[in-house]
Amino acid sequence: MSLLLAEQVSCHFGSLRAVHEMSVSIAPGELRALIGANGAGKTTFFNLLSGFVAPTSGRVVFDGLDITAHAPHERVSMGIARTFQITEIFPELTLRENLRIPVEVAAGHRLRPWLARRASAAISSSIDELLELGKLTDKAGRLAGELSHGDQRTAEILMALALRPRLLLLDEPTAGMGDQETYDITELIRRLHRERSLSILLVEHDMRVVFRLADRIMVMAEGALLAEGTPAQIAADEKVQKAYLGDATA
Amino acid sequence: MRVERRVLVAALVWLLLVTTPYWINAVGGYTELGSRVIVMALAAMALNFLLGFTGTLSFGHAAYFGLGAYGVGMTIKYLVPSTGLGILIGIAVGTLAAAIIGALIKHLRGVYFAMVTIAFGQVFYFMAFNWHTLTGGDDGLTGWHREPLNFGFATLDIQAHDTAFYYFALTCFAAAVGAMALLLRSPFGRTLVAIRENERRARFLGIAVERHIWLSFVISCALVSLAGTLYALLNNFTDPRALRWDMSGNFVIMAVLGGMRSFWGPLVGAAVFVVLQDYMSSHTQNWMSIVGLIFVLVVLFFPRGVLGVLRGGSSS
Repeated sequence: MSLLLAEQVSCHFGSLRAVHEMSVSIAPGELRALIGANGAGKTTFFNLLSGFVAPTSGRVVFDGLDITAHAPHERVSMGIARTFQITEIFPELTLRENLRIPVEVAAGHRLRPWLARRASAAISSSIDELLELGKLTDKAGRLAGELSHGDQRTAEILMALALRPRLLLLDEPTAGMGDQETYDITELIRRLHRERSLSILLVEHDMRVVFRLADRIMVMAEGALLAEGTPAQIAADEKVQKAYLGDATA
Repeated sequence: MRVERRVLVAALVWLLLVTTPYWINAVGGYTELGSRVIVMALAAMALNFLLGFTGTLSFGHAAYFGLGAYGVGMTIKYLVPSTGLGILIGIAVGTLAAAIIGALIKHLRGVYFAMVTIAFGQVFYFMAFNWHTLTGGDDGLTGWHREPLNFGFATLDIQAHDTAFYYFALTCFAAAVGAMALLLRSPFGRTLVAIRENERRARFLGIAVERHIWLSFVISCALVSLAGTLYALLNNFTDPRALRWDMSGNFVIMAVLGGMRSFWGPLVGAAVFVVLQDYMSSHTQNWMSIVGLIFVLVVLFFPRGVLGVLRGGSSS
């Protein structure tokens, strides 16, 4: 059974077909990559899955439930978390405060006017674990806006993880990073996938990252699905080679 | 270290407030002026719960301030001569109106939210202005006064003694400010700050943004209604100007003047505003021009407000 199923999902802005009749099925524990040239519709498709925009037609099913009309916060509470192409954090709050908010939300405390001491200790412990996972413990007290780009990207992934998702949507997690930062983020994603059996859908331009991580790869072109398969199948696909990859996997 | 400083500031603020009746005459003021500062500070801090900590600007908070004022005045005049019941009814009326209006406007943002709050505020203003038989119209609601507080075992005469009223207002202020402080340090308060900082991120952290903005609006308006009841009790009178848009503007000015990113900033702003108003209005009818000039200078050169300057941050 699919964890996430998108059936014939389209998103048209007037005459522009940003996404057209995309169908996807992601199994529990799968790490799927979505690639395509700029303007292919990858981020719009992400936005459709996460509820940021409503589809013109088609439906999205998560864990057997039709979530097409669900608001983003409802999808989050069901287990879908996402990051953004341009980092979305709380720059004027400390890293610890950035993580505290999703940890409290995930623990069901979002409307609580106060916290019992035991609950507060559990929250602190969860934050510490996340900081350790991202190797950011020593930067917990710094303002998030003052962290390096790589640390901010890591922080955003940790914020999504704090929500205890079953499906993580990562939109270009290594965008704008140097080699070492790219390696660190790639390793973090790999660990999340392997150690936590977390389902991940990854949009990424860096083909080294895609081919290192993905179980399966989807290729989008002009808003539609061009090809889908294992990394080896995609690398050998002539349509994909011609339309997008070139010698990027070499 | 930061916590210690916060506690120190709070201790200093409460020390000044609790001892006000003992020193205010020595510096050229009077106890009623202290009460006025307390009431306006409560209104400005209540507005700042929405503006400074949720990032949503309302230019119509005078509507709920005025509803609180008319609620207490009309209860005492027409229903029961009870200050306590009048306050409760005043708060209930203001909160109910905010709950209904907030539900209609919670999806609006920025200038649209601000403009619609002004529009709703003016609806209440014109109702109070035109419904002469009930509200007294432009002449205001007269013929009533605050009643002594009867606790069963003792009576506090807040009508005859300015100092007694000051401490009564300060008690209400403390309860409201304590509730605000508690909420802002809670998980709920942190969701409000998250919305202020980055609404999109907050939404994708599972926060029902519209519902939280509505809650923040209702809480803010409930507290500003309480300030409105105290304002009417302080004056033994209220009129449509308590509901008018320029009163809403005054609350915004107080919050920005003092520093809307700080908890105590609006208290400082209210103190500056009310004392300037009291002092300048006895010298010139154009006192608002001077307050306006100070406001412009603060916004231009000290965007974090008076408290921001005192903390050593002149910009950004």
